[in-house]
Amino acid sequence: MNATALPEQLAAEAPPGIPVVQALAAEKVYPNGTRALDPVDLSIRAGEFVTLLGPSGCGKSTLLKMVAGLLQPSYGRLRWWGGGFDEVRGEGRRLDFVFQDATLMPWARVDRNVRLPLDLAGVAPGAAQPRVDSALDLVGLKGFGRHYPRELSGGMQMRVSIARALVNEPDLLLMDEPFGALDEITRNRLDADLIRLWWARKLTVIFVTHSIYEAVFLSTRVVVMAARPGRVFREVVIDEPHPRTDAFRVTQSFARYCRELTELLMEASAAGDTSA
Amino acid sequence: MTPLARNPKFARIAAPLMVGVLVIVVWHALVTLLKVPQYLVPGPVSVARTLVTDWGLLSSSLLVTLKITFLAFACAVVLGTTIAFLFVQSRWIEVSFFPYAVLMQVTPVVAIAPLIIIWVKNPTIALTICATLVALFPIISNTTLGLRSVNPGLLSLFRMNRATRMQTLLRLRIPSALPYFFGGLRISSGLALIGAVVAEFVAGTGGTGAGLAYQILQAGFQLNIPRLFAALLLITVTGVLLFALMVWLSRLFLGTWHDSEMVQEG
Ligand SMILES: Nc1ncnc2c1ncn2[C@@H]1O[C@H](COP(=O)(O)OP(=O)(O)O)[C@@H](O)[C@H]1O
Ligand SMILES: [Mg+2]
Repeated sequence: MNATALPEQLAAEAPPGIPVVQALAAEKVYPNGTRALDPVDLSIRAGEFVTLLGPSGCGKSTLLKMVAGLLQPSYGRLRWWGGGFDEVRGEGRRLDFVFQDATLMPWARVDRNVRLPLDLAGVAPGAAQPRVDSALDLVGLKGFGRHYPRELSGGMQMRVSIARALVNEPDLLLMDEPFGALDEITRNRLDADLIRLWWARKLTVIFVTHSIYEAVFLSTRVVVMAARPGRVFREVVIDEPHPRTDAFRVTQSFARYCRELTELLMEASAAGDTSA
Repeated sequence: MTPLARNPKFARIAAPLMVGVLVIVVWHALVTLLKVPQYLVPGPVSVARTLVTDWGLLSSSLLVTLKITFLAFACAVVLGTTIAFLFVQSRWIEVSFFPYAVLMQVTPVVAIAPLIIIWVKNPTIALTICATLVALFPIISNTTLGLRSVNPGLLSLFRMNRATRMQTLLRLRIPSALPYFFGGLRISSGLALIGAVVAEFVAGTGGTGAGLAYQILQAGFQLNIPRLFAALLLITVTGVLLFALMVWLSRLFLGTWHDSEMVQEG
């Protein structure tokens, strides 16, 4: 289906049998009894850009945190590269997380913030600096290393946060509404940059959003989720060529996908509890 | 008006200064016009004169009070941060011991000072203990709060990068706690001075170990009101300078990154 949309070399690199992440009937009930997620089955292959789309409270963050190993599923399980969470480390199997807010250390300059994952891993500062510089370059912040976070705009802080995730050269990048707090113009620009990065670095991305436009623009596949109880409702493949540019936003097919997703979301909320 | 008056930095210094000058002028005018006797309210001129003539006596007392204040403040900082670090090690430790920290805070130092002075022979140590007890609590509570006030996203990030406990403490918890810690320092420095003065009053130590509080007591007995005022003035100025020193320190450490004065101004 959408294999044509993926970089050729990626399809060759990862054996098609081993998905990067698999959720096998993974469900989550929080200790306070909140049923955040009904059993979810999901499989994500190398090079995909998968978006989790749904209203707030449908368990998007919960699912993403389980994928990040920050939360344990109550029942069911997750697989990373065909194994347990221990598979996530070392060459070709790195995972990084970008949070909704930039979560930068305000007391540290931009380059120290970006270097943090390397510092924690014990990489010598001399060896780390070129990697920090190239990560900042990738997100368009060349020359901003000596600034403090508070001196940057919200969009730039988010870029720093992405640079920090990229400095480890992740293979799987998890992003939880990373641009949700930004204005639409800034968000569109960051979306366009992100998709270029994904394409150039052959990343696998799982991206959470509640914006239909963002989901259509970015994804190779959209997972539509529903609330009360949180669950996966439907999947939609966005079968459009890559790399996409802003021109894609004004095409007929973009509008068609947006409409399809809108209808699915309405259907999803009607299918669930109607107390909303 | 002149551009200088619109400069906020200038205004911050000049405005309170003008109020001060005004108060002194009014004070002087009232005392002279109403012919208030020296032994009730001395005028600013006679207080200033006493400050000069009695400087030998007052300065040595000031040094004694300053010594107690700084010793107590240092003890409070070291003890307070140590206790805070213990508290954040486990909820159990905090839950078990925090009520006693509060208990210590709410017990008036004048009530326990006599006991401490009886138990501890060395007056300097006894007074330092009393003042430390007064100054300790803000450091404990603020630092504990600060060490716990870590951005949960950053904490997850550290966890995901498999940071050790030590790395998390040094790179995350301590820097996050600094603004709270400095807020604690500001309150605590003033309390150390108050504690020192109160303890001196209770102890009533004379001779070479006489602090400013003792001078106030003595001056009161002798109806030497100008000297009483002079000693009082020295205590107040010390308090203000201590506070300014803490503000300066916190600017020095936080100025570059923190929206200073954000925490703990309320
Ligand atoms: N730590 C938690 N404890 C209890 N309930 C939680 C917790 N985190 C989230 N929830 C609940 O689980 C549901 C799903 O939350 P979440 O995954 O954050 O949704 P989303 O990211 O889609 O907005 C919500 O009803 C939320 O209130
Ligand atoms: Mg969320």
